[in-house]
Amino acid sequence: MVLTVSNVTKTIPGSDLSKPILDGVSLQLEAGRTLALTGESGSGKSTLLHLIGALDVFDSGEIEIDGKPISPLKEPGRAALRRASVSNIFQQFNLVPSLDIAANIALHSKLANRHEPPWENHLATRLGLESLLTRYPEQLSGGQQQRVAVARALALRPKLLLADEPTGSLDEETGEAVLSLMLELVAESQCALFLVTHSTAIAGALDRRLHLSGGQLA
Amino acid sequence: MTGAALAALLSYWRRHLFQLMALVAGLALATALWSAVQAINAQARASYDRAEQALNQGNRPSLVAPGGALTVADYVALRRQGWQVSPVLEGRLSLAGQDIDLMGIDVLTSPVFGEVSSPESEDADGSFLISMLTGSGGVLVHPDTAARLAHLDTGFVLHASQMVPPGQAIADISVASRLLQVPDRLTRLILTEEPRPDEARLTGLPSHIVLEQKTVTADPGALTESFHLNLTAFGFLAFVVGLFIVQGTIGLAMEQRRGLFRTLRCLGVPLRHLLLTLLAEITVIALASSFIGLILGYFLAIALMPNVAATLSDLYGAQVDTGLSLRPVWILSGLAMTLLGAGLASAHSFHSLWKLPILQAPSTRARGQQVRRSFTGWALAGLALILLGSVLLATLGGLVGGFAFLGGVMLGAALLLPFCLWKLLRLGQSLSKSPLVHWLWADARAQLPGVSLALMALMLALATNIGVGSMVSSFRLTFTGWLDQRLASELYITAEGDAQGAQIQHWLEAQGIRVLPIRYHDMPRSTGRLRLYGVVDDTTYRDNWPMLERQPEVWDRVALGNGLLVSEQLARRDGLRLGAHLELPEGWPTEVLGIYSDYGNPHGQAILALPELLRNAPRTPNLRFGLRLDSEQVPDLMNNLRDRFELPRENMIRQHEIKAHSLAVFNQTFLVTDALKLLTLGVASFAIFTSLITLWTQRLPQLGPIWAMGVSRGTLAVMDILRSLILAGLTCLVALPLGLVLSWTLLVVINTEAFGWRLPVHLFPLDWLGLVALSLFAALLAALLPAWRLFRLHPSELLKVFASER
Repeated sequence: MVLTVSNVTKTIPGSDLSKPILDGVSLQLEAGRTLALTGESGSGKSTLLHLIGALDVFDSGEIEIDGKPISPLKEPGRAALRRASVSNIFQQFNLVPSLDIAANIALHSKLANRHEPPWENHLATRLGLESLLTRYPEQLSGGQQQRVAVARALALRPKLLLADEPTGSLDEETGEAVLSLMLELVAESQCALFLVTHSTAIAGALDRRLHLSGGQLA
Repeated sequence: MTGAALAALLSYWRRHLFQLMALVAGLALATALWSAVQAINAQARASYDRAEQALNQGNRPSLVAPGGALTVADYVALRRQGWQVSPVLEGRLSLAGQDIDLMGIDVLTSPVFGEVSSPESEDADGSFLISMLTGSGGVLVHPDTAARLAHLDTGFVLHASQMVPPGQAIADISVASRLLQVPDRLTRLILTEEPRPDEARLTGLPSHIVLEQKTVTADPGALTESFHLNLTAFGFLAFVVGLFIVQGTIGLAMEQRRGLFRTLRCLGVPLRHLLLTLLAEITVIALASSFIGLILGYFLAIALMPNVAATLSDLYGAQVDTGLSLRPVWILSGLAMTLLGAGLASAHSFHSLWKLPILQAPSTRARGQQVRRSFTGWALAGLALILLGSVLLATLGGLVGGFAFLGGVMLGAALLLPFCLWKLLRLGQSLSKSPLVHWLWADARAQLPGVSLALMALMLALATNIGVGSMVSSFRLTFTGWLDQRLASELYITAEGDAQGAQIQHWLEAQGIRVLPIRYHDMPRSTGRLRLYGVVDDTTYRDNWPMLERQPEVWDRVALGNGLLVSEQLARRDGLRLGAHLELPEGWPTEVLGIYSDYGNPHGQAILALPELLRNAPRTPNLRFGLRLDSEQVPDLMNNLRDRFELPRENMIRQHEIKAHSLAVFNQTFLVTDALKLLTLGVASFAIFTSLITLWTQRLPQLGPIWAMGVSRGTLAVMDILRSLILAGLTCLVALPLGLVLSWTLLVVINTEAFGWRLPVHLFPLDWLGLVALSLFAALLAALLPAWRLFRLHPSELLKVFASER
């Protein structure tokens, strides 16, 4: 099992203490499988994604990535986990504006000392980025930037790919194209995909779908 | 991981070359100004040390005659009694208008000679030693002095030695007595015997001779300490102003890379690792900048050194080598200051990064609000600093208290500035009617956090310019008036010898010309050399002498020999008031009848009746005279003196020539200050420029909506310039009172302590207007490029504000 979330609770500091944003959430995700998480705005979807990505800490419960619990990990251990096993795709792409596209794609794999130029070239070709490698993010359209973000995430060959509204900033047509490519490549690289979305259409394209409401999965 | 993270971080600079250049320039300028001052100080101190080591004879005791009557006969008598002493004759030699302190020694017995004759000056066949002892005579001087005298027909052989301080010369005593025209006279006898004589032996000395335990030459290092403190303060101020650029640039680079930091952390770079990588980055940049700064500082010091040497010579009589040698002290100090400065300037940014949550980075706007809230905190800290400075001035007083007050007030005012500007801008906003003008004020307020550091730098530089400028102008005004009073004679002449002096005086008096002999006797004292002038009773003194305080009928009483007049410096140094007694040997008049101003003279001075001077020091030379006559008669008289007495032209100086020379010396004295204050203002202007240019990219989200509402890019560009002018203008408003406080402190507290004279405070509003105009012009220049870029900005760039691509 690539991802196991067991009875995770999380309260946002400053919010109503009697009402955790996540209240005993549990789920599992196997390698090569895709899971969509839907829910209302403020339902805690992104919070759960951040907890799974070791970007934030939960109050109780446990999350295991590839069988290893993350709650005992301190900041360096969590950073090592993010570096080696988990990739993130953000709604706002989060590319490095001062690096060209080739360097952006290679950044995560280089940080993890797993730089594979042929694989990165393959990803760039599959995502239609081969002619844009020497450009900078600001010279690309939103759809192109998101494809770079996908390439960067997959270049690591992560065990778990986390995506937060990956097509939320794109128009419908571009979003569908990016998602379609992403799913193809996820299947190719055999990683697990955990995707947060508002869109029922996108959620329907994935293997499983969970809905978060009132801090609990339905 | 490190390599990839570092590459990502450094890629920012590749894309923001101007920002990198601003950072390097800020650090390099700060280092250059600081290290230049350190280099100058180190060079001067080395000169003082050499002078002290070379000429103080290791503080050997000497036999002296306090009345100034030590003769060769005394020396011979003492030698016959078994005293092991070496004779010294000191005096000032004037060569074509260049004064040199000449020390005559017995080359064979003096402990001085071995210390100052450098090995390279001693040749194998001994001709150097022979030259020093025989014939026309050899004179040892510093290479700088040798170069100055090379073109003159001095009548003696010059030998250069690095061990002789600049402006001084050492010769055999026979040569010195011939050159100084004082045969048979000695200044002191250095005791060369060990152990030192006991009391019983000392009682056997002739009554007019006493043992002086320590040579009483004033320590130039101690005398000039205040000047170097001043210079260091200036260097530090420039360094701080430079750091404002650095802090602004580093802060902006951190700000703009927050997204990158967050991304890197999301991609698995640990926070500690990220901080260490950033620390390595800033260290490398700081080291590279300090290297550039040290080179710049070296050349700046070379350029400033002659002016500093002139200042030290004019104000303190201290001679400093004008050549600059590389000294580890200032190189290491420059390096350390750059690293420390870069650390200080980036400390806040590092702290923010340490506290930055990996998620939910606060928006620029939210951070802006935090900064604005902190303005109140800064203002409170500023008030506390001003209060602390005032308390230190009141309790410590003196030079240390003065500088503590200056430091407290300057830093405190800098911290108060953003708060004051905030309030002024809000006032402007509330008073404006037009919506666009209303927006202009509000926009200026929104930009304040980004430019406040640069404006602080501008305020400090402007206040320094106003303060130091007022001080120099007050000094110049006072000095000019003082010169007019003091230099009342129409012509000043110098005879070739005492005999000729007497002949000239006799002839002039026969022509009906009023002759004012300028005769003086130098007396060594524990607080420095005292020059005692003897004056005749003449209305010139009664009408013109610049008295600060006087007893009734002061000139009558001076003429009667009832007392003397002392200079302000001497009065302050010895704590003398009217009616007090100056400590002098028996026989001299001692009561202080008046105190007069004597600007620009490092030594103590007193005036008494000429007969009193001659009674106590009968060998006083009679060489110089001030002549009172109709100024139209001066050219004819000069021709007559030349024809009748073969007096060279350089021995006759007209009143306007000597005034012009004095003013030239005065202006030379403050060239360093002028250069440093202009450099500081330049650095501050550069700080504003870098702030505006680096903030420019962050301006688009504010400008985009206004543009979309129908305000053209041209109008926006003009308003951008207006915004800079408003901020600079308001800063000038705050800088003006600060400059006046600085001026008051310099004139009333620092100058009095440092130089021994107090100057009246004069105000120069036109100068301030000029400085304000200069500051506004600098702000205009700084704003022009960002405004031009805005004017030329493609609409698509502004449209991005509304698109998600940003």
